Amino acid sequence: MNEYNFAYLDEQTKRMIRRAILKGLAVPGYQVPFASREMPMPYGWGTGGVQVSAATLTPEDTFKVIDQGADDTTNAVSIRKFFENTAGVETTEETEKATVIQTRHRIPEAKLRKDQIIVYQVPIPEPLRFLEPRETETRKMHSLEEYGLMHVKLYEDISQHGAISTAYAYPVKVSDRYVMDPSPIPKFDNPKLEMDAIQLFGAGREQRIYAVPPHTKVVSLDFEDYPFEATKADHPCDLCGAEDSYLDEVIMDDAGNRMFVCSDTDYCRSRREAGHKGRLAEENAA
Amino acid sequence: MYVAVKGGETAIENAHAWLAEERRGATDIDELSIVQIREQLGLAVNRVMAEGSLYDPDLAALAIKQSRGDLIEAIFLIRAYRTTLPRFGYSNPVKTDEMACDRRISATFKDAPGGQVLGPTFDYTHRLLDFKLAAEGEVPAAPTAQPRTEATPHITEFLKGEDIIQDEPASDTTPGDLTREPMELPSNRPLRLQSLTRGDEGFVLGMAYSTQRGYARNHAFVGELRIGKVAVEMDIPELGFAIDIGEIELTECETVNQFKGSKTEPPQFTRGYGLVFGQSERKSIAMALVDRALRWEELGEDNLGAPAQDEEFVLSHADNIQATGFLEHIKLPHYVDFQSELELVRKLRREAEERITPKEAAE
Repeated sequence: MNEYNFAYLDEQTKRMIRRAILKGLAVPGYQVPFASREMPMPYGWGTGGVQVSAATLTPEDTFKVIDQGADDTTNAVSIRKFFENTAGVETTEETEKATVIQTRHRIPEAKLRKDQIIVYQVPIPEPLRFLEPRETETRKMHSLEEYGLMHVKLYEDISQHGAISTAYAYPVKVSDRYVMDPSPIPKFDNPKLEMDAIQLFGAGREQRIYAVPPHTKVVSLDFEDYPFEATKADHPCDLCGAEDSYLDEVIMDDAGNRMFVCSDTDYCRSRREAGHKGRLAEENAA
Repeated sequence: MYVAVKGGETAIENAHAWLAEERRGATDIDELSIVQIREQLGLAVNRVMAEGSLYDPDLAALAIKQSRGDLIEAIFLIRAYRTTLPRFGYSNPVKTDEMACDRRISATFKDAPGGQVLGPTFDYTHRLLDFKLAAEGEVPAAPTAQPRTEATPHITEFLKGEDIIQDEPASDTTPGDLTREPMELPSNRPLRLQSLTRGDEGFVLGMAYSTQRGYARNHAFVGELRIGKVAVEMDIPELGFAIDIGEIELTECETVNQFKGSKTEPPQFTRGYGLVFGQSERKSIAMALVDRALRWEELGEDNLGAPAQDEEFVLSHADNIQATGFLEHIKLPHYVDFQSELELVRKLRREAEERITPKEAAE
């Protein structure tokens, strides 16, 4: 596909996106408006992440794409292929080897390094959106640091359910200033948001980019008597035996028997290759 | 034994191959050509050009063929192509008062200079299936008349002379560009009109219809509806003057709406405006109605809380490419977020059951 520029977008557009990224890094957690382009894949399918990746990638980069933690989910395959075709960059499934990782809904289990960039696909960047549908209002609330509504929502959860009933896209406060939507990652991943790598968030349809620089304070909102809890299914992985990874639940038969497997396919594979075995691991399974 | 689902790549390739086969349909039937679509499905081509924001009938026809007639998919193809095109510059505003009109009607005056020209309209056709078309579509040539050589003035110009309609002062301010800058709200009228003209026809129609039924009712007369070709001129810096770079077909609608008046201002008619690529009558009338409804603040009207008056609501939801993408993305895997909800609901149910179970049973 040589008729397109490196990584599809023209250089002017990339420059515009890089400016938004730099602004986002300078004001952690602040949603920077950007003139999102129509991409050759639908809005809502990672166009924000794809534009941020396109503006971030260099020919020397090694690129990894995951969706739900897995490299082989259809949309991850599709996005990886898009950059193989338009940027010709090397791609990998190994978290270790990647320099840019585009993700939807997960943070890899392996600790990310300072020479890595993780790009999140974001559907609704505004953490206050479902409390206040108007952008004109929510922007005002952010500028005034007026987050009472969010605390009331969390409090109402507790009074109704006895617990904060947000399981993913759990709101965080970045660098003691902006309340931010970490994208729909499970709250299990929230503690990882304080990391060594650069974190970039792209919302294409909503035309917003935001960022969390390395080593930035990221606090999941909670109350002293109802502290934040990073939860996962209370099982080890049935393939690799990991007790510390986020698990997918798989229905195995008509009787409804379940098994639990790592959502991070690369993490699971590397553990199995190192000889770890879970409850249902086959002797010869790789 | 459990084997993790693999092979997304092959599945995708196979799906694409199947899709291509379905698009072609039965191979013993002649394949549609681009020119056939362009010439015989012209209104579909117009809609794709209007909502795709790209005036190119051949590309629009290609997109319709490629999308198997799914017009939103075709619009999407055009948008994704359009965004890769370089910008050479901006044309001068088109002069619709110099339009070579194929159709020009006014609902406000029985006759006016330029006359009432019905043009190729469905309006007075009886909607009876024409079974003859199933056999053959050849038609006799339509009668012709001498085309009007002088320009056809806008109907609203006649009202302006009497100062009985609100003036729209000309401005040389460069309007914003919806496709190059992020939409910031509150917006302004040029951006609203850009958004409406490329907005989904169904959405804009629904919004317009809601104003007719009383949600911010503002009765509109179609002051004028005109369809025809206009020249596109562009200033060429090297030449120092403007040259014609082409011709496009447009539909323009100006509505004449209820007057307002106050202690200081005498009553005056107000306007709504619609301008759409190609012959896109329904869309341009709907656009004019929604434009008018969105002008409530500027014209000193009350906010009645109606959807069509709500700029943020209308502009955020008018684009069918954004809407369809986000709607359809829920087909994508959501195992991870669903799993986190599953765990949470199980936990909440466990705790609720513990609360409900009588205390003594535990003792």
